[in-house]
Amino acid sequence: MTRDELVACQSRRLCDLVQRVYHSVPFYRDKMQRLGITPEDIRSIEDLTILPFTTKTDLRDNYPFGLFGVPLDQIVRLHASSGTTGRPTVVGYTRRDIGIWSEVIARSLASAGATSKDLIQVAYGYGLFTGGLGLHYGAEKLGATVIPISGGNSKRQVHIMRDFGTTVLACTPSYALHLAEAISEEHIDRTALKLRVGVFGAEPWTDGMRREIEQRLGLAAIDIYGLSEVMGPGVACECCARCGLHIQEDHFLPEIVNSETLKSQDITRRGELVFTTLTKEGLPLLRYRTRDLTTLDVSSCPCGRSTVRMAKCLARSDDMLIIRGVNVFPSQIESVIMNLAGVAPHYLIEVSREHNLDVLSLLVEVDERLFADTVGHLESWTISVRKELESALGVSIRVRLVEPKTIERSEGKAKRVIDRRNMQ
Amino acid sequence: MRVHQLSVFLENRSGRLTEVTEALGLAGINITAQCVADSSDYGVLRMVVSDPGRAETLLKARGLSVTLTDVVCLETPNVPGSLHRALALLSTAGVSVDYMYAFAAGDKAFVLVRTGDIERTISVLIAGKQKLLGDHELGMNYGVRVASSEK
Repeated sequence: MTRDELVACQSRRLCDLVQRVYHSVPFYRDKMQRLGITPEDIRSIEDLTILPFTTKTDLRDNYPFGLFGVPLDQIVRLHASSGTTGRPTVVGYTRRDIGIWSEVIARSLASAGATSKDLIQVAYGYGLFTGGLGLHYGAEKLGATVIPISGGNSKRQVHIMRDFGTTVLACTPSYALHLAEAISEEHIDRTALKLRVGVFGAEPWTDGMRREIEQRLGLAAIDIYGLSEVMGPGVACECCARCGLHIQEDHFLPEIVNSETLKSQDITRRGELVFTTLTKEGLPLLRYRTRDLTTLDVSSCPCGRSTVRMAKCLARSDDMLIIRGVNVFPSQIESVIMNLAGVAPHYLIEVSREHNLDVLSLLVEVDERLFADTVGHLESWTISVRKELESALGVSIRVRLVEPKTIERSEGKAKRVIDRRNMQ
Repeated sequence: MRVHQLSVFLENRSGRLTEVTEALGLAGINITAQCVADSSDYGVLRMVVSDPGRAETLLKARGLSVTLTDVVCLETPNVPGSLHRALALLSTAGVSVDYMYAFAAGDKAFVLVRTGDIERTISVLIAGKQKLLGDHELGMNYGVRVASSEK
C-alpha cells in the first residue's frame, strides 16, 4: 500500500468510526454535541483534531461497560488492567476485534522474524491481562506451535524451553532476564537451547537491557508495544532493522500531541502518543491519550514496510509506574495507607531492580500515631498494609518501617516516588 | 506499683542505639534497665530510666518516636523456682505476658513484665505475696505525665 492509499483507507475508516460512536456511545455523542460537531464534519484524517480526546479517567468513570460500542452479547471477550483506587480499566472485544488483534500480533511476530515453523513460548500472564491471550491468538494465527505456559515457575519454564525446543520467547524483558538466571541455575547449556527470537514488551526497557538479554539468551530481542485500551500488545512492533516500532496504522491511527496544551505537534519532537482505533467495535476510542512519550518517523524502512515507526517508549507524562509489567499508580498506594492507618504518615515509594526483577518497596515513617510498644503490633500493621496493597495493586510490595524525619521533606509537591531502575 | 517504661522505635542501622544513650547520658539521666526487641529492619528499645518524663521530651526533640508504657517490676529471690512461682500466679489467673526482661545479681532478681492487663497483674502478684517495685522504689523521678499511651 502506498502512503496515499493508506491515508485514504484511514480516512474512510475514521469517518465510519465517528458515525458508529456518535450513534452507539452516549459518552461520545454528548461530547461531540457539546463541541458542536457532527459526524458529517469529519471528512478525512485531516479533521481528526476537531474530535475530543479520551483518557483513562473516562474509562474509569464509565466502568465497567459504559464506553462499549456494541451490546454486551456481541462482546466475546473481556480483559481488565489494574486502575487507580481499586477500579480496573475494562476492555471488551467482538469476534471481529479478536480477529484484528490476532492479525496485528501475527504481523508483529512476522516482523520479528517468526514463522509458522516456530515454537512460541508465551510466558506473558494469561488471564485478565492482555499479554498472554494476545500473543497466544496471534501466534496461532501465524500457524506457529504455541506453548501457553503463562508466567511464573521459572524452573519449569527453562526445562520446557530445553525439552520442547522453544525457538521464540514472548514475555516481559525483566522476566526474560529472570529466565536467563534460571537457565544457569538449572545448569542448562545455553548453546543447547534453540532460542532464536524474543518478543518483549509490557514495560519500558533500554537498549542496554536489550544487549544483556541478547547476550544471555542468545536470541534477537525485539520490542513490542501495546496497551489494552487500544487493543493489547501488537499495536506496534519492531522489525529486524530495529529502527523503531512499526505501528499497525491501518487499525490504530497515531498522533503526537503536547501533554500540556494538547495541541498536535511536530511528530519528530517527543510528545504524547495518542491513538484512534479505526476498526475496533467493542471498545472504539477517539484520540485516546496513552501518556507514553515518543516520536514518529515516516521515512522508509529497510525492511520494506511502509507503516510509520515510533521510537522506543521510555518515559510517561503521568506518574504511573510499571512494575514487572503491571501498572501501578502512586495514588493507589496513598489511598490504601490512608484507609488503614486513618492517618497520612510520611511515606516513600521506592522502585529498584534485584536479580533483574522490579522490586516495589514502601517506606513508612513510624511517628507517634503509628508507634506501638510491641513488635507484634508493628509487625501486624506492616503485614496488613502489605496485604491490602498487594490486593489493590496486583503486584507484591515490601513494607519497611523507618524512623521519623528520615524521609526527605520538600516544599510544594512531595516527591513520593524514587525510581532507582536505570531507565534512561 | 507501676513502672513507667520508655519505648523507642529505632531502625536497624549503626549509631541508632548510641544516639539514645549519648542523649540520656548528657542529660544526666540514668538507665536502670534496658532491652532491645529486634525484627529484621527495626527494633523497639525499651528502657526504665531515672526520669522518664524528661527522657521522653528530649528524645522526641531529637525526632525519635517514643511512647510510654506501664510495666510491672517484680523483685524476687535469686534462687531456682522463684521466677516460676510468680509466673504461675499470672498463668493461673489467665493474665497474658506480652514480654519480659530480667536480671539477677547477688541474692535478688528483678523482672520487668508487660502484660495484657496491668491492674490484674498487680492485684494477682500482690495477693500472691510477690514483691513489686514501682517508680518510687526504683529511684525514678516521675511527675510529668499521668497516663501512658497504651495502644
